[in-house]
Amino acid sequence: MLAFIIKRLANAVFVMLSVTFLAFVIFTAVGDPVDQMLNEQATQAQRDDLRARLGLDDPFLVQYGKFVARAATGDFGISFRNQRDVMDMIGERFPATFELVLVATFISLIVGVPMGVITAIKRQSWYAEAMQFTSIIGVSLPSFVVGIGLILVFSVWLGWFPAFGRGDTVDLGWWSTGLLTSSGRMSIVLPALSLSLFQITLVMRLVRAEMLEVLRSDFIKFARARGVPARSLYFRHALRNCLMPVVTMTAMQIGGLIAFALVTETVFQWPGMGLLFIQAVTFVDVPIMAAYLCIVALIFVVLNAIVDMTYVIIDPRLKGADA
Amino acid sequence: MRISTKIRQGALAGLAAALLATTAQAETIRWGAPRDIVSLDPYSYGDSYTINFLNHIYEGLVRYNRDLEIEPALATSWEIVSPTTWRFTLRNDVKFHDGSDFTAEDVLASLQRVSDETSPLKGNLPAYQSATVVDDHTIDIELNGAYPLLLNDLTNIHIFDKGWLVANNAEKPTDVSAGVEGYATFNTNGTGPFMLESRTPEAQTVLVVNDAWWDDPAHNLTRIEFQPISSAATRVAALLSGEVDFVDSAPVQDLPRLEQADNLTVLERTDLRTVMLGFNRRPELVAGGENPMNDLRVRQAMQMAVDMELIQDKVMRGKSRNAGTLVAPSIPGYSEALDTPVAYDPEKAKTLLAEAGYADGFEFDFVCTNESYVNEEQFCQAIASMWSRVGLKPKLDIGPTAKQTPKRANGKADVYTIGWATLPMLDTYSILVQMLHSKEGNSGVFNWGDWSYPELDKLTQSAAVELDRDTRLQMETDALKIARDEIIMMPLHQQPMAWAVSKGFSDIPQFPDNKPRMWYVTK
Repeated sequence: MLAFIIKRLANAVFVMLSVTFLAFVIFTAVGDPVDQMLNEQATQAQRDDLRARLGLDDPFLVQYGKFVARAATGDFGISFRNQRDVMDMIGERFPATFELVLVATFISLIVGVPMGVITAIKRQSWYAEAMQFTSIIGVSLPSFVVGIGLILVFSVWLGWFPAFGRGDTVDLGWWSTGLLTSSGRMSIVLPALSLSLFQITLVMRLVRAEMLEVLRSDFIKFARARGVPARSLYFRHALRNCLMPVVTMTAMQIGGLIAFALVTETVFQWPGMGLLFIQAVTFVDVPIMAAYLCIVALIFVVLNAIVDMTYVIIDPRLKGADA
Repeated sequence: MRISTKIRQGALAGLAAALLATTAQAETIRWGAPRDIVSLDPYSYGDSYTINFLNHIYEGLVRYNRDLEIEPALATSWEIVSPTTWRFTLRNDVKFHDGSDFTAEDVLASLQRVSDETSPLKGNLPAYQSATVVDDHTIDIELNGAYPLLLNDLTNIHIFDKGWLVANNAEKPTDVSAGVEGYATFNTNGTGPFMLESRTPEAQTVLVVNDAWWDDPAHNLTRIEFQPISSAATRVAALLSGEVDFVDSAPVQDLPRLEQADNLTVLERTDLRTVMLGFNRRPELVAGGENPMNDLRVRQAMQMAVDMELIQDKVMRGKSRNAGTLVAPSIPGYSEALDTPVAYDPEKAKTLLAEAGYADGFEFDFVCTNESYVNEEQFCQAIASMWSRVGLKPKLDIGPTAKQTPKRANGKADVYTIGWATLPMLDTYSILVQMLHSKEGNSGVFNWGDWSYPELDKLTQSAAVELDRDTRLQMETDALKIARDEIIMMPLHQQPMAWAVSKGFSDIPQFPDNKPRMWYVTK
């Protein structure tokens, strides 16, 4: 197990280094922050001086080397634009994104799993067909269209939920949560729904495929022969055996949702990491972009490692293969 | 540490608000802004949106009134002692939000802070040399030469409390390259009509009224809730659903819908910003080969080939104002005689091109951004296709500002868009020295095409030191005439701006510089 963990860590470091390297390659192409940092009346000398002080004139490899050396000590610098510590800014936004992703994941399971079961056991019925069809719309609509649609219906026409923001938040230590206030709970509904739409479809299709597989297996036939009632058969025996891949996929997708949330966050002005990143790109705020990509890469790496480790524990055969 | 200061500040402001509630009825404006402010420190980033917002908290020695004319603020009067020395008499009864008195030392500390080597706003006070405190309420400002626009510059130089800066180790501006945060990024202590209650970046910044303000308030607001909503569609939705009272950037295409809503008023006018095209004037084009745009006839042809009326009608939905000169009518130095847009004449354009020897046209890069100006992508496409019709071969290159600016600034664009509002100075001199003057020394930073007109340079330099207003403005107008005759830049239009506000507000003046000033708003 120890060897496995060490190997995983080495892998993780390699992935992080490659991500940041690629990120820096991209940064050289996104433009020049200096013109936006100074105002219209700044002279050329002031512009050149600032560029030199920020180290933007250094060759690309030197800039990258400096970044890695500092990042290794946990120092990501301060934002060009906001003049604030980058890790503080990300730390401040992370709870918002994480809560959004968590609620979206929860919705996708609550809605997706029963839909998957129904479409599997009532394959011929009109409502199963309808669900299958709507799920196609769920995957094919871009999430900003879904977001604007939800705002139009539920905020402008019906006035049920706020169109933007996170509502009131409560600070629990460094973690700010919106789930403990009623305005916070109302505010999270639309963005979480819009973020979960794609996920619902994914869960539904996965459950459906797994269910069809399991329903063909021998133990279900025996259970049926034993006279187990249909409800118990489907939900206790069959569904349980489908959940492992669903749980795995959901865990893996959390990383994807955190990264994917930036579109939803922009539409709903959700003060999370994605919104921060989008603005950093507009203003070429290199320290924020670099730190954000590192964090997202780290989340992916950690989630993957956890999933892999769980597999090793569950399936002893993998131990030999990896160690 | 940050959280504790926030809480402390919140508690203080909460107390203040509680006291207020007993004296005045709460009049809140919920402001849905297109973007957040970048920092609470006005000397942090060259961003006029942030500086204007912070003007609610901090003030300068002078300020713009409702007609955008300069009037006394923290200074009550001034005199020019010698061409390079200005003496300001300061207001007596002013207190900062923390209760400390306003004196000449505060002005000195603020001027030193903004003109520090590492200050991104050093360029906002180009003439500053040094300052001397004469007594508690008199200060002399020494300049590096005769300079007529000092007052214009000072409208945007916010005054800090020296004691507060010293106590919090913030006498110098925050230097991004040093990587250390500054106290003023998170805290404020100004003299302005409103005080900071709380700020959560990207979510909400709340200001409450400062009852101890030295001036008689023209507004009756007690609270400003500033909420950035960057997605335009969401911003409109929030206004329609009554979640915000005011938006200062309503998208042009949504205006008809907002006008139909019974609870909203739409305010429209044209901006001070003049959008224009610049030409590469180096000997060679970006792609190589002789540069035809050095021939005046070619530039004339390119101007005549563009049907601005059609663009106004179709692309700008009739809401822009076509321009003949490079500054808007309310900018000092503007001349109505110069402001006739050049008539659309494609046949003449073809003749001129033929005369110049380019009857078959030529290929060139046309660099636009997709977001800097209202409907920029569309009007660039329209202009490109109009040029194609007279035989020119523009290669349209559209991208985000951060990506396009290095191309334009480093001579990698043959034709490019740029908008100039002369902010924060509000004088023609701004465009003359920054854009039209030859690129030398500190002048011509935005002379991206690298042209040189010695006569225009001379007029600009004379205007820079001319203290008589009328003589100076005449020089500026003469310089604009050269720019028009030579088509140094091709003016397109002043772009439209639109605000929308809920019906409950009785007065909300819309300034042509597109800056909401809440200290004039009544509910």
